[in-house]
Amino acid sequence: MIVVENKPVEEILQMIAPYKKILIAGCYGCVTVCLAGGEKEVGLLASQIRMARSKEGNEIEVLEQTVERQCDKEYLLKFQDNAREVEAIVSLACGIGIQYLAEIYEPIPVYPGVNTQFLGANRDIGKWEEFCMACGECVLDKTGGICPIARCSKHLLNGPCGGSQYGKCEVSKDVDCGWHLIYERLKALGQLDKMAEFIPAKNWHRDKGPRKLVKEELTLERD
Amino acid sequence: MKEINPEKLKAGSNLEKVLVSGQFACTGEIGPPTYASFDVIDKHAEEMRGLVDSINFTDNQTAVVRLSSWAASVHLIQLGLEPNLQMVCRDRNRLAMQSDLLGAYALGVRNVLCLTGDHQAFGNHPGCKGVFDVDSVQLIHMLKRLRDDGCFECGAECKVPPKFFIGCAENPFGDPFEFRAIRLEKKIEAGADFVQTQCILDMERFELFMEKVRERGLHKRAYICAGIMPVKSPRMARYMQTGVPGMLVSEEFCQRLEKAEDPKAEAVEISVEYIKRCQQIEGVAGVHIMAVAWESIVPTIVKKAGLAPRPTF
Ligand code: SF4
Ligand code: SF4
Repeated sequence: MIVVENKPVEEILQMIAPYKKILIAGCYGCVTVCLAGGEKEVGLLASQIRMARSKEGNEIEVLEQTVERQCDKEYLLKFQDNAREVEAIVSLACGIGIQYLAEIYEPIPVYPGVNTQFLGANRDIGKWEEFCMACGECVLDKTGGICPIARCSKHLLNGPCGGSQYGKCEVSKDVDCGWHLIYERLKALGQLDKMAEFIPAKNWHRDKGPRKLVKEELTLERD
Repeated sequence: MKEINPEKLKAGSNLEKVLVSGQFACTGEIGPPTYASFDVIDKHAEEMRGLVDSINFTDNQTAVVRLSSWAASVHLIQLGLEPNLQMVCRDRNRLAMQSDLLGAYALGVRNVLCLTGDHQAFGNHPGCKGVFDVDSVQLIHMLKRLRDDGCFECGAECKVPPKFFIGCAENPFGDPFEFRAIRLEKKIEAGADFVQTQCILDMERFELFMEKVRERGLHKRAYICAGIMPVKSPRMARYMQTGVPGMLVSEEFCQRLEKAEDPKAEAVEISVEYIKRCQQIEGVAGVHIMAVAWESIVPTIVKKAGLAPRPTF
């Protein structure tokens, strides 16, 4: 899922300083799972903002609404009534939701309430780890199901660099060396020979600008 | 000394000739300055003149901005010495790498050492975007194709391909240890002609590594030069033992420096001793002396180890 982190309230207060009435838009998707942008967090941020502004003697009206997903137009349209009423929106969805919301409700300004971090897995309560960078050309078949792009600090494709030691990355003793993990996994799978295979320079797939995916069969059905 | 067949040389560099002729190579290294002047390079180059076969120039070593490796290399050629241009994958994409190498070759550079590079988090611009478009194995492969097939990474023709003597590094002290020789094989397979190892501060581990190298016959497919580093202070040695990722420093090494009355003299002693031990190891074709921030000691070490004067062709 997409992992996000809440922006400091001070930063958000600065963004919305000129406004008297705003909407805080939440999302029940990934941001709810990582406890940063669901209904609860929308409520929390709303009350923090109200309190801060009333302390300044500069009251603000804050509406709250959360929808299934902000990366889908269908759900974004549910914000219609509230969006029409406010001067600005703060979205607690990932960067995708924030942009899509801004596009649909132009010219109402939409501000980010979170910092979108990475595509990760939930390791434990309150712990997420980056697993994939959506490179567009998956090589997990060659690396024992552990991603060398996301889990090696240098995105190396042909084995660990010289800084790998005791299973840790040269960047920090708190960071596992992705290639060490790959090595151990391939050993366990009896596929160590894959480590010796040369993986050629990667096509980073940004050659045609922002990526698009169109499934013809689906688009036809809808028409 | 073996006869050199000039037609069989890949690049014709002095370093290549020394190695092909079967003589024990000896190379030096200079970290370019963090300012816009060749002064220190001039100084150290003069000290090393006649005592090393070529001089490496590090490429923004430890991710700190320094005078560019190719500019230092070209300057060294103007002084009548031979450079070994280091290039890391951290700072350039394949476009910039190939472009810089075309230019360097046209200006006379013949040796290139391909490296991954330290992570940018270590340096003085930790927030910069690390490139790592290709990795070191892919960089070696790219250079070999350029030289031998006359084509760029994309497949397009290069009319006058740069004929480099291609080098790689290998770290016998990194993990997973069993993979290190395999990784070296990968680099040789990709096109590395010579190898410079990470500096040896743990001789036993290095000997073990060379065993694995010989098991795979790698010493017959590429020239392996052992990294030698004089470490002038016991504190530095301890720091390298505990604080530098990918380094192994033996307890004996640290203690010898700690017990020495004159650690600097002891550092020279150890370096000379290690060079002599390396000469005894089957498959070691030379040494690469990395006197980081102590370049001026190189002449003393080379002379004491009996490696001077250097062969000329
Ligand atoms: S290789 Fe890694 S970054 Fe690319 S798609 Fe697969 S998991 Fe994601
Ligand atoms: S230590 Fe491991 S994870 Fe870190 S950059 Fe090197 S290979 Fe990648």
